[in-house]
Amino acid sequence: MFATVILALRQAGLPVSLTEYLMLLGAMKARVAEYDLDDFYYLSRATLVKDERHLDRFDRVFGEVFKGLERPPGEPAGEIPEEWLRLIAEKVLTPEEMAKIEALGGFDKLMETLRQRLAEQKERHQGGSKWIGTGGTSPFGAYGYNPEGVRIGQHESRHRRAVKVWDKREFRDLDDDVEIGTRNMKIALRRLRRFAREGAATELDMPGTIRSTAHNAGTLDLRMVPERRNAVKVLLLLDIGGSMDDHVRISSELFSAARSEFKHLEYYYFHNCPYERLWRSNRRRRDETVPTMEVLRTYGPDYKLIFVGDASMSPYEITQVGGSVEHWNEESGRAWLERLTGHFRRSAWLNPVPQDFWGHTRSIGMVSEIMEGRMFPLTLRGLDDMAHELVR
Amino acid sequence: MAAFRSTENYIASRDLEVAVNAAIALQRPLLVKGEPGTGKTVLAHEVAKSLGYRLIDWHIKSTTKAQQGLYEYDAVSRLRDGQLGDPRVHDISNYIIRGKLWEAFESPEPVVVLIDEIDKADIEFPNDLLLELDRMQFYVYETRQTIVAKQRPIVIITSNNEKELPDAFLRRCFFHYIRFPDRETMERIVQAHYPDLRKDLVREALNVFFQIREVPGLKKKPATSELLDWLKLLMVEDLPPEALRAKEGKLIIPPLYGALLKNEQDVHLFERLAFLSRRAGA
Repeated sequence: MFATVILALRQAGLPVSLTEYLMLLGAMKARVAEYDLDDFYYLSRATLVKDERHLDRFDRVFGEVFKGLERPPGEPAGEIPEEWLRLIAEKVLTPEEMAKIEALGGFDKLMETLRQRLAEQKERHQGGSKWIGTGGTSPFGAYGYNPEGVRIGQHESRHRRAVKVWDKREFRDLDDDVEIGTRNMKIALRRLRRFAREGAATELDMPGTIRSTAHNAGTLDLRMVPERRNAVKVLLLLDIGGSMDDHVRISSELFSAARSEFKHLEYYYFHNCPYERLWRSNRRRRDETVPTMEVLRTYGPDYKLIFVGDASMSPYEITQVGGSVEHWNEESGRAWLERLTGHFRRSAWLNPVPQDFWGHTRSIGMVSEIMEGRMFPLTLRGLDDMAHELVR
Repeated sequence: MAAFRSTENYIASRDLEVAVNAAIALQRPLLVKGEPGTGKTVLAHEVAKSLGYRLIDWHIKSTTKAQQGLYEYDAVSRLRDGQLGDPRVHDISNYIIRGKLWEAFESPEPVVVLIDEIDKADIEFPNDLLLELDRMQFYVYETRQTIVAKQRPIVIITSNNEKELPDAFLRRCFFHYIRFPDRETMERIVQAHYPDLRKDLVREALNVFFQIREVPGLKKKPATSELLDWLKLLMVEDLPPEALRAKEGKLIIPPLYGALLKNEQDVHLFERLAFLSRRAGA
């Protein structure tokens, strides 16, 4: 019955399955939502969406599908049978209002005008003083102020009001394609955690010991398990200054989110592209720098390397010796990037620039190529993908 | 069919009512997510109260195993009894300790089961409960008996999103995300909790509250439960509404702000913003 909705949702990438569809039908059959469009919307949302990140997408699809039901495409908008209009009018209007209709030249005149307007009007309309829609002062429409008005769609079906519920799109900021706040970021970064039990057996396994002792009929049998720890080590390299200043806020949010997630988290700053020196504190970057080679020697290949930067610079800064805007570099940025990504087994680049704009900046493509495509947008989805890439 | 509605002390939005009623009608678990402090746990209590059912509360910790909700076999007691020659040792069922779900399944009248903060548990926890929550039955290996629910309980599960839940588990649930209430709903919630609170105080307090929520960069935005705590403090201290009034839309540091801001960085940030806004006005 609602197969259109399901198919549209699947097309929009929501993981809806037959189970949920049957559940929705079951709930409809049990009369959870009785002849109320708002309730039907709430019910299908509770049944079909299982993740708040998908709520906004659901609202959009529902709105699309619903618009289709409102007025099938291809059918001219004006073909509403006259009796039907008259019926609504008679049902809704009080005798006084009916009398007032005479002010517009009688019922037939009103209907005539309405038909004309319907024929002229092509789109859904709200406000204003002429077109048929909601909230306006035109004689036609709902929630209006014209006492001579014909109310359409107010008591009958509440269609227009119901549409509003999902037109509000209240869950927009939960969609995983938008940029992230600290809270969302934490969730995605947790993906990086790996609760792997690895290493030597170090911890006394109490339940295991008791169980096997009981099975041994009382003879003590000690059992050990490896210690559970978060094995993920992360090295963050943050681009700071220059073109990154717009994105410093997001990056620092990422950074603060990351700090609480890992036992081993090291971070260094660079400007535009990493060269032979990195620095720990941006304030003292002029006098307290660390040779990049030392960083490579200090942190083993098991660290996961994450660059955060917009990768927007002059192509020379990547390809040329001496291309850096700040100093004379003996080796090109590309050489350093390749050295870094070659040393660490897992690496990725997070880019705060929206993915749609990546094509406009040449250096982004170049860095992405050096990273072998492991460049991700700084959105929840991007972080998820990055985390998958890093733990794979 | 029993239906859930807002009660005088719990204001549920229409979408929440529909979700709860769907879960009741189809006897499927309802998964509730939302910001901390928006009344996820309280929901289960209120559902139980409004339907007149008993509530069985199973609070999940990081060490909780799915098996503990069903039953546990107390091998240690049996071992001790065996060594002491206690005759109880011959019947293994003496050492089966019933869990919360067993309790719920055995109950002759329907109950509400709250599985609180399921995301705190191990990642495999929801998977281990799939069949039990789907069929509402489980098998006890030690005594070779199958426990089947006499009445399918209403299961409400809350999550704070610390872990992703497996798809197979989600497929079996209804889902509701408790959105942060808008101002109008918030007034009703406050009204429900403190009916004798002065109107002007509530208005000023809500102004301050929503202003704080809009401060960008807060680590933990205050939620409903923080607001209610704060109002209680304001009432105890008997503060006049004037104390909360901001002048010309400027930020003020509200009295007793410790109830709203739970994080020293947030307090610090807020103080700095208030200082800037004062200086801008001077």
